[in-house]
Amino acid sequence: MTAALRRNWPLLGTALVLVVLYAAASLAFPGFASLYQFAHLFDDNATLGLAAVGMTFVILSGGIDLSVGAVIALASMVLALLMKDGGWSIWAAVPAVLAMGAALGACMGAIIHVFRLPPFLVTLAGMFLARGAALLLTPDKRIEMSSKAEIESLSSVLIQNFNLPAMVFLAAVALAWAALRFTRFGRTVYAIGSDESAARLMGLPTASTRIGIYAISALCATAGGIVQVIGTGAGDASAALLLELDAIAAVVIGGTVLAGGRGSVIGTLLGVLILAIITAIPSYHGTLNSWWTKIAIGLLLLVFVLLQRLSQRWAAGKT
Amino acid sequence: MSSTLRQLIWPLAALALLLGFNAAFHPSFFHFQIHDGRLSGSIIDVLNQGAPVLLLALGMTLVIGTGGIDLSVGAIMAVAGAVAAAALREHAPVALAIAAALGAGAAAGVWNGSLVTLAGIPPIIATLILMVAGRGVAQLITHGETLLIKSDSAFNVIGRGVILGVPVPILIFLAAALGLSILVRLTALGLFIEAIGGNEQASRYAGVRVGPIRLAVYLLMGVLAAAAGLIDAADIAAADANNSGLYLELDAILAVVIGGTALTGGRFTLLGSIIGAIIIQTLSTTILSFGRNMPVELNLVIKAAVVLVVCLLQSSELRRLLTRTWRRSQ
Amino acid sequence: MSDPLIEMRGIVKTYPGVRALDGVDFTLHHGEVHALVGENGAGKSTLIRILTGAERRDAGRVLLEGSPIEPHTPVQAQRLGIATVYQEVNLVPDLSVAENIMLGREPRKAWGAIDRRAMDRRAEQVASGLGLHVDVTQPLRSCSIAVQQMVAVARAVDQKARALVLDEPTSSLDAGETEQLFALVRRLRGQGLGIVFITHFLEQVYEISDRITILRGGRCVGTHVADDLPRLALVSLMLGKAAEAAATRERGAGEVAPTAPRRLEARGLWRRGAVGPLDLTLRAGEVLGFAGLLGSGRSETVRLLFGVDVRSGGSLVINNRPIARHSPRRAIAAGMALAPEDRRAAGLVPELSVRENIMLAFQGARGWARRLGGREQNALAAKFVQALSISTPDLEKPVGQLSGGNQQKVILARWLLMEPGILLLDEPTRGIDIGAKQQIESLVDDLRAKGMAIIFISGELEEVVRVSQRIVVLRDRRAVAELTGADRHVHTVMQHIAGETGGKHV
Repeated sequence: MTAALRRNWPLLGTALVLVVLYAAASLAFPGFASLYQFAHLFDDNATLGLAAVGMTFVILSGGIDLSVGAVIALASMVLALLMKDGGWSIWAAVPAVLAMGAALGACMGAIIHVFRLPPFLVTLAGMFLARGAALLLTPDKRIEMSSKAEIESLSSVLIQNFNLPAMVFLAAVALAWAALRFTRFGRTVYAIGSDESAARLMGLPTASTRIGIYAISALCATAGGIVQVIGTGAGDASAALLLELDAIAAVVIGGTVLAGGRGSVIGTLLGVLILAIITAIPSYHGTLNSWWTKIAIGLLLLVFVLLQRLSQRWAAGKT
Repeated sequence: MSSTLRQLIWPLAALALLLGFNAAFHPSFFHFQIHDGRLSGSIIDVLNQGAPVLLLALGMTLVIGTGGIDLSVGAIMAVAGAVAAAALREHAPVALAIAAALGAGAAAGVWNGSLVTLAGIPPIIATLILMVAGRGVAQLITHGETLLIKSDSAFNVIGRGVILGVPVPILIFLAAALGLSILVRLTALGLFIEAIGGNEQASRYAGVRVGPIRLAVYLLMGVLAAAAGLIDAADIAAADANNSGLYLELDAILAVVIGGTALTGGRFTLLGSIIGAIIIQTLSTTILSFGRNMPVELNLVIKAAVVLVVCLLQSSELRRLLTRTWRRSQ
Repeated sequence: MSDPLIEMRGIVKTYPGVRALDGVDFTLHHGEVHALVGENGAGKSTLIRILTGAERRDAGRVLLEGSPIEPHTPVQAQRLGIATVYQEVNLVPDLSVAENIMLGREPRKAWGAIDRRAMDRRAEQVASGLGLHVDVTQPLRSCSIAVQQMVAVARAVDQKARALVLDEPTSSLDAGETEQLFALVRRLRGQGLGIVFITHFLEQVYEISDRITILRGGRCVGTHVADDLPRLALVSLMLGKAAEAAATRERGAGEVAPTAPRRLEARGLWRRGAVGPLDLTLRAGEVLGFAGLLGSGRSETVRLLFGVDVRSGGSLVINNRPIARHSPRRAIAAGMALAPEDRRAAGLVPELSVRENIMLAFQGARGWARRLGGREQNALAAKFVQALSISTPDLEKPVGQLSGGNQQKVILARWLLMEPGILLLDEPTRGIDIGAKQQIESLVDDLRAKGMAIIFISGELEEVVRVSQRIVVLRDRRAVAELTGADRHVHTVMQHIAGETGGKHV
């Protein structure tokens, strides 16, 4: 058991920060510690959470995906456009949008793998492309959907205070956890991030896995865009600006190492909740302002990166 | 000299293509006028509006030359603008406000450089921290508001002024470009940067001070980003912590890559990065000048294409694949 | 008799400008441990890369139990039953031991999910079947290198490997770990596997192997039953020329007067896991040669002297000044220079020009603010390009495009420009053509005559003997002998390298 403890200490560190933060907020602000509020943490951050789940795959493989914010915006616009102007039913539009997102991600993954280009630049191009496309779709950059009956009925789904976006997020976490832990694809993601040339020498399918990783990241972002439409009732081409930053931060705070190979989607869930609490606190506390959340996230990021660095040095010194 | 030319041939060709396009479809692009003692015209607009990206690209060239990257420059711009505006609101003299802003930029640079050199954190992660937190700091200084600067303040000359007919942002950029070129080529700084980016271990063996040089490069980057932030704030006569320099770090990195400096570091070219930044700015100005026929957002899509093409041109893997198919077809 | 497990016949491999393998034959039988030995550039790794599909041969045949095979990738070779375990373990450190054994062949449940429990159980069986008792659920990175290598072996065995190549597996293992690995190797031999064992530790060659094949300069210079090949004969086969023939010394340069000023003095210098403790004295006007096989601690010693690696203990005095905290910058300031063993990794900045590479250390010592003017740079660089006859079309040519010999001369030029009192040359003549080699040797002679103190490392004993006044022999990371005067014979050096002095014999 101690071995398991030692192995999972970054995750435990994140969990500890989360518990302390939650307890402190609950003590300081009456009403914070209710199931209603707890569910709200998930609702309000479902889009970020979905993007972070996808980002976990990318970072575990040693890559980075800058395009997720733009893909969220594009997905929300395309969905709204298909339903409002195209008259598609939501049951046809959602799979179509998801397929579009996955295809976009697969293209980026293929370009990264085949031409051995830095993920940073390729996903940067993807970001420009997706954001540009989203903005070009309609002249007024925003499509109001709240009057649509289908959206209205979906946005009113509630189970135990958790609404549909929150449930999609939690389902994605569960699916990603299972995929990373119990499929060959998932183990290959870790292998690529840990040592790609070794993975290739062991005969693992690195090409299809890498394409799959970026497809999943874009797929998750697309799902984030869809739940955003459900939650806000609108497609918004300027949505999710800089959201890729928060997604990366959530993954790193969740204990996943930016160099790849180590981490888990459970950590990402905890990381997202930490960000959610930090973001929620200013609405309870009059004198605290929203900019403190950015500084706090930056500081947390610093602490976790330094801890990772220290543990690397410690590991290197041991052998 | 010939190797420098070869390095610049692609960016120059791209710029020529872009200008040729303008010459064919939009000849007024090349017109100059003197209007109220102020030089104007599309080319002047490109340089004037592009000054912040040009400044960032200069510093980013050095950072990338050492094999690093700085994602925080957009956030540093916001901080610098906020510092200047806050100082002016407290009735500080203009010179002091400017000095404070540049000092904040330098401090940010030292912070980044220390994380990279002392803590040994990879640059992309080290500067990500300030990219996340920097805007929070800027908002902290402005208390979350857009701090207006009095429109008659001498400070605004930085963004809107004209000296001898030339807009001040262009002069600031020219001074920085000239100063930096002199700094890297008339001292040994350029050699050291290229040596570190080209082979860090060999540089250590040869007795180059790797740590201090790295730190200095991030510091320079911070100061240049602060200067860009000052121009931005003075131009709109306000410090906008949310939007000042938003995504400009990516444009700056793009300019460097388009200019022919590899992301892996080593040989760098300031001139190439300047051309790269001008290409990026010309793109948006071109699209703007077509008015209603072309939406501004097309800019982003074209930029995406440019990034991909430039990357593929530099990809040795593509070259290998192409030569292989070519040989097979022979 | 049945077909041998692996038969390689007349293997030829040419790289641009180098014939790496020139008609090499190699045979591996079932149930034998076959050591493959040779110095750097002998062709060992090329031969292994061809066998394991990492490289394509230009000519020759490879037979597996009598039938020709043509593996194009290491993965294909593995499927044929030829597996390799590298010194740098090629496994995934972040996954568990069990996963590393089973990756790609994990047992799965009916609906496709990996059955982790079955996987752990299966891995446990494989490992304990090989005498490896570890917690298979722990991540591989938490295991020692020895265990990691045994995990790699376990993976190979579970993939039905029949031939196993162990590429310098013991270089970073201590004695106990090596013994553990050898026990495993013997067990596998007993099961009928053929094992190719590559190492530069002679003791281990004799301890574990049945037969030995020696490569030199891309040719096979003999395959012998280990028990029939005396150590001295092995060393002379590896290092070239019969010991007797090379015993004559060409350069009879006299002894260095004991009154010549001491440039460098090391007492009890050591570094954990690398070298020492050892004592060294280096005087002005002498060349001190380091002789020893690869991995004997030659390079590690000069890296300590130059401050690249931090020493674990001992004292170092340079030009009568004790050096406490050491670094390359301090070494340079004290008048030291190092031409490192790995030119590409630690010497050159390949994309920078000949001029810039020559000026780098000089400018590094001057600091960034005091740049030497363009004209002076050109004059200085041109002077050394001429003095060392570096053949380059112009000073602005990227140094990465020069030949190996010219690259080495560029590094020498970089340091000679500094007029150092102490020059450390680590394999300065490796992989360069014969003309450049002679030039470098006579340059070393001239510099010594001018009073420079030089440490000279070469894998080629004749060269060390030719160039040096005094020779320190290193074996197993320790100095085992110091030879001066008439003792400086290739034969004597070989005896010390082989560990055959004092009547000890295998």
